Amino acid sequence: MSIDVKTAAHVAKLARIRVEDAELPALAQEFNAILGFIEQLNELDVEDVEPMVSVTPMRLKRREDVVTDGGMPEKILANAPEAREGFFAVPKVVE
Amino acid sequence: MSELTRLTIAEARDRLRKGDVTSVELTEACLGAIDRADALNAFVHKTPDIALERAKAADARIAAGDAPAMCGVPVGIKDLFCTEGVASQAGSKILQGFLPPYESTVTAQLRDAGAVMLGKLNMDEFAMGSSNETSVYGNAINPWRAKDSNADLTPGGSSGGSASAVAADLCLGATGTDTGGSIRQPAAFTGTVGLKPTYGRCSRWGIVAFASSLDQAGPMTKTVRDAAIMGAAMMGHDPKDSTSADLPVPDFEAMLTGDIRGKVIGIPKEYRMDGMPEEIETLWTRGREMLADVGAEIRDISLPHTKYALPAYYVVAPAEASSNLARYDGVRYGYRAKLDQGDGVTEMYEKTRAEGFGAEVKRRVMVGTYVLSAGFYDAYYNRARKVRALIKRDFETVFADGIDAILTPATPSAAFELGREMADPVEMYLNDVFTVTVNLAGLPGISVPAGLDKAGLPLGLQLIGRPWEEGELLNTAYALEKAAGFVAKPAEWW
Repeated sequence: MSIDVKTAAHVAKLARIRVEDAELPALAQEFNAILGFIEQLNELDVEDVEPMVSVTPMRLKRREDVVTDGGMPEKILANAPEAREGFFAVPKVVE
Repeated sequence: MSELTRLTIAEARDRLRKGDVTSVELTEACLGAIDRADALNAFVHKTPDIALERAKAADARIAAGDAPAMCGVPVGIKDLFCTEGVASQAGSKILQGFLPPYESTVTAQLRDAGAVMLGKLNMDEFAMGSSNETSVYGNAINPWRAKDSNADLTPGGSSGGSASAVAADLCLGATGTDTGGSIRQPAAFTGTVGLKPTYGRCSRWGIVAFASSLDQAGPMTKTVRDAAIMGAAMMGHDPKDSTSADLPVPDFEAMLTGDIRGKVIGIPKEYRMDGMPEEIETLWTRGREMLADVGAEIRDISLPHTKYALPAYYVVAPAEASSNLARYDGVRYGYRAKLDQGDGVTEMYEKTRAEGFGAEVKRRVMVGTYVLSAGFYDAYYNRARKVRALIKRDFETVFADGIDAILTPATPSAAFELGREMADPVEMYLNDVFTVTVNLAGLPGISVPAGLDKAGLPLGLQLIGRPWEEGELLNTAYALEKAAGFVAKPAEWW
């Protein structure tokens, strides 16, 4: 599996990370080095192996479906780069 | 250097209880040592006011005669732990300015036990790295230097600041986290002890997530006894982490008898790597002899899927990271890029993440995105999860055959010069070759300083235990520590 510049650009887009066009060939090359390393996994026969879901066999605990926390909008917004009138503010989403 | 900062946690506890020393005195000594050690760049956010306030409270509690073991003990906290009102950036620009409105469970437990937080410690960005060179704060420096050299060495990573601070006697112990070796490799590079508990022992709540199925917090200390004391204070069930184990935490310190007669120690043949330095091989042999000398039975074992652990890790960890790090979008906390006229919300995400994440983090997020993307999910991610199951089965098989603990080298080399391995990500990944299997299988592992190499740099041995049996693992580590008699300290140059 070899990653070309177009695939690298697509992955960057999916990850929502801006990568300048000039940097794409180097990025593709890095991906290929890492994926080349990962390719070793293909040496193994894993046909009848169940993929691991949880490293320690455990049943997830359940709790009452009730509100346990909340009612602190000021605290929640305190770290926002931009907040207005009790909301997180972002650039215009809808024209 | 003040004698007080050189105390172990156990010694400090005993002297605090006897009234020989106060927590305020200990804390002031550590704060002084920290201020003189800026060259190590270990502490990146100092919290002297909080420290002195907690030290005073600890002294009152000790005087009242009802103080847990960690009460009054000054410790450092890895920057990955959220600490209320104190910068918690995970070594990243993208969390610049973030002041958590809450305290992580592990640091809350330490705080409630009376431990004194001195400040936050340097680390690789989002715990992704093995040399502390991906940090937004710059490199943390190892207090150890090779004989006849002034070159700066890495303290390892990702818990590089924690390791450097403990080795340089800036604090009595520190918290670390370990996703692929991030506690044990830095401990080995700095002549300190690092324990990664069984997955689920320490709550992950309030610890900035890297790879949630692998991440585990643990203590980094000067001795095995200290790891037992501090580890017990960090562990325990937490309803806020659904993967936290609802099991009692035993008194690990009481289990340190040093008697390991009849215990069966496995030596996995697959850990003998091509091109492994002879000194590592020799140290491993000596470790084996030391454990045999105190009555353990040594047995050769096989963990056949070992060589696939790193490739599986470099699928699973980036995949989980790409998902966990999706939250850094410039909306709710931390850094937001300056936007141009007409930029919409997508540009905001893309620019924020491009500017806020460093190169290694971006690389892993994108690799993770790729292995999870449509068409590749089965070929990469599901295959890696299957290989992970095989790696865990390897360990289950040897434990079922009667192995009590497994002895391996902790790292494939001693601490290396900063800058040496940054050019090649895959070469950097090889640092974790002996430690990463333990995370994939969810087991407890500990790195114990066991000797010096020709250049006078510390080397560590790793012991791997059965799940939930940290007490027994610590006791075996204690026997190894006593036999190795490692007492060397770095000469103060900083």
